[in-house]
Amino acid sequence: MEQETEMIIEPSRALSLNFRELWQYRELFYFFTWRDIKVKYKQTILGVVWVVLQPVMTVLIFSLFFGRALNVPSQGIDYPVFVFSGLLLWTVFSSGISNAGNSMVTNAQIIKKIYFPRLIFPIAAILVSLFDFLVSFFVFLIFLIGNGTPFHIGQALLYWPLAIFLTVLGTMGLSCWLAALNVKYRDFRYIIPFFIQALLFLTPVIYPLSIVSNSWISTLLSLNPMYGPITIFRLPFMAGSPDFRLIELSIGSSFVLVLTGIIYFRKTEAFFADLA
Amino acid sequence: MKPILEIQDVSKKFTLNHQGTAYLNLRDKFSHLFSRNSRREEFWALKEVTFHVNRGESIGIIGRNGAGKSTLLKILSRITPPTRGRVIARGRIASLLEVGTGFHQELTGRENVFMNGSILGMKRSEIKSKFDEIVDFSGTEKFLDTQLKHFSSGMQLRLAFAVAAHLEPEVLIIDEVLAVGDSAFQKKCLTKMLEVSSDGRTIIFVSHNMQAVKAICNRAIIIQSGKVAAQGQTDTVVTQYLEEDHLESRNTYDLTTAKRTKWKHGLMFQKLSFDKHLYCPGEKLIITIRLMSNGQNFKDLLFGVNLYDSAGNCLVHLSNIFLGQLDITHDESASYQFTIDSLNFKPGRYTMNLFIRANEEIQDWLEGAAVIQIVDGNVYGFENSQMIQGLVQPEFHFEQLL
Repeated sequence: MEQETEMIIEPSRALSLNFRELWQYRELFYFFTWRDIKVKYKQTILGVVWVVLQPVMTVLIFSLFFGRALNVPSQGIDYPVFVFSGLLLWTVFSSGISNAGNSMVTNAQIIKKIYFPRLIFPIAAILVSLFDFLVSFFVFLIFLIGNGTPFHIGQALLYWPLAIFLTVLGTMGLSCWLAALNVKYRDFRYIIPFFIQALLFLTPVIYPLSIVSNSWISTLLSLNPMYGPITIFRLPFMAGSPDFRLIELSIGSSFVLVLTGIIYFRKTEAFFADLA
Repeated sequence: MKPILEIQDVSKKFTLNHQGTAYLNLRDKFSHLFSRNSRREEFWALKEVTFHVNRGESIGIIGRNGAGKSTLLKILSRITPPTRGRVIARGRIASLLEVGTGFHQELTGRENVFMNGSILGMKRSEIKSKFDEIVDFSGTEKFLDTQLKHFSSGMQLRLAFAVAAHLEPEVLIIDEVLAVGDSAFQKKCLTKMLEVSSDGRTIIFVSHNMQAVKAICNRAIIIQSGKVAAQGQTDTVVTQYLEEDHLESRNTYDLTTAKRTKWKHGLMFQKLSFDKHLYCPGEKLIITIRLMSNGQNFKDLLFGVNLYDSAGNCLVHLSNIFLGQLDITHDESASYQFTIDSLNFKPGRYTMNLFIRANEEIQDWLEGAAVIQIVDGNVYGFENSQMIQGLVQPEFHFEQLL
């Protein structure tokens, strides 16, 4: 016991990801996620109903404008199903990076006063988005069945968890980058919302990538980490097979983002307290 | 047995940015790419600090504002890494640099106990098992399920301290926690800390309150401009510290760079001066204050000048409004003056807090802005000043009525 507790505090040197330490502090993930969910819905009359209401309203608006008025193609499925499935994952991504990206700054008071692995903040922020996702996912399921859209259950059991995993991966990668950069350069507070908005139009949420005929452009667009998960998520109820090369590209870019993101975060986190 | 903490040659460098912001922004970064005349300055907050702490010891760390005490604590708490050197810790460390870290106004008292406890490093099961004790200690059981924002600040403080008091680390690092709260609360904190130290746990305690340091710590260290200036038995070190401080007491203070408790960036204390270096009991004290503004109009000035003794008792509170002087508008060329006709206090060292309100907002607030030294002697001209115990030496009369 005596040996095990020796700890050395020294200038940050070789990079260590130190996942063991993260595990030691696992209860904090729970507490911060729980706190953020609690605080989010306190003093709202509708509470968690907002989680349902927001995507449903957006789906309604998008369906009216893009589906009806502009006749955006939706690869053979009903446009509302197409948009809803895209928005479901997109919301995890967008709310995830916007909350996680600002998490270091909003929790600066804590960072300056106490130590624990800083990675807990962005991860807890993403867990909050996942909680919201769970609620809206059930709404989506009901919608899917109510609408009578046929879907392959076996594929769903395989592809949906995979799509969610990839969504979290991509969100995590960008979040780590943005959270760390935001501490150093507060400009990112203004860049993040703009960035999310721009990215929505570069992601096949409201339109299928198939409407882009230029193969260079579609390759470029598939570097987007959200391209893969959204396409995979739609597979169980989508006819025809997608371009797997593009999906691989998207997954590859997610992995690069998450790896570099965590490394950059870990490298800079020691100085967060000095800068925050 | 090996020491529980070994601090070896620890140094910490800060790079000061002279644009007024601590953090960078991209525009500066880009402009630095092209111009090399960066207005940055290096500053060593700590220089080769070395000392050991043995198991069960209570160590007091004392020093002036800005000497590097807080930086040292932050390094020991792992909040910021040292630039050079290292610390070897052989035990679980918990640090209390603030009471109620992570308290959230929207959560209830109960929820905050769990939140705060877990941030401080307690396991959920640990908090659960101590929950009743914590609530008992805080005396807030009636409000447990009320949101924290409906708690009075005193109640929040008690709840926060109650959580902290139930931490059971091997090393407890405490920064000035006792500086807040009323004197009953401070006494409670002090008692609890004595209890902790007599339990055989190790305490590192930073404070300006020499009385508290003497009560709790068996060893003390003076940090001066980032270095260990002295260490040893608490009594000896504290006496040495007070003597040195005495020599350094000045009669003019430049307050533009002082550490601020609260500051609105509009109106600030610029300079503070006293009419003398040292005072004898019963002498006249003239405090002259200069303010600096950003050019805006500041009206309804409210000054607050407080004097504290070394035990933290507020002996004097002066304000222009007590004299009915309400409609004062700031003028950049003006000085403001408080005069105490007779400074009839016991010899000792008194620290001053300054406070200014204008346009119905707190503009600037400095704690420990200046020191007033009252040298040996007494108002009555009695030969043995040591014999007079009272903090205040009022004029009084005595006669034998027959």
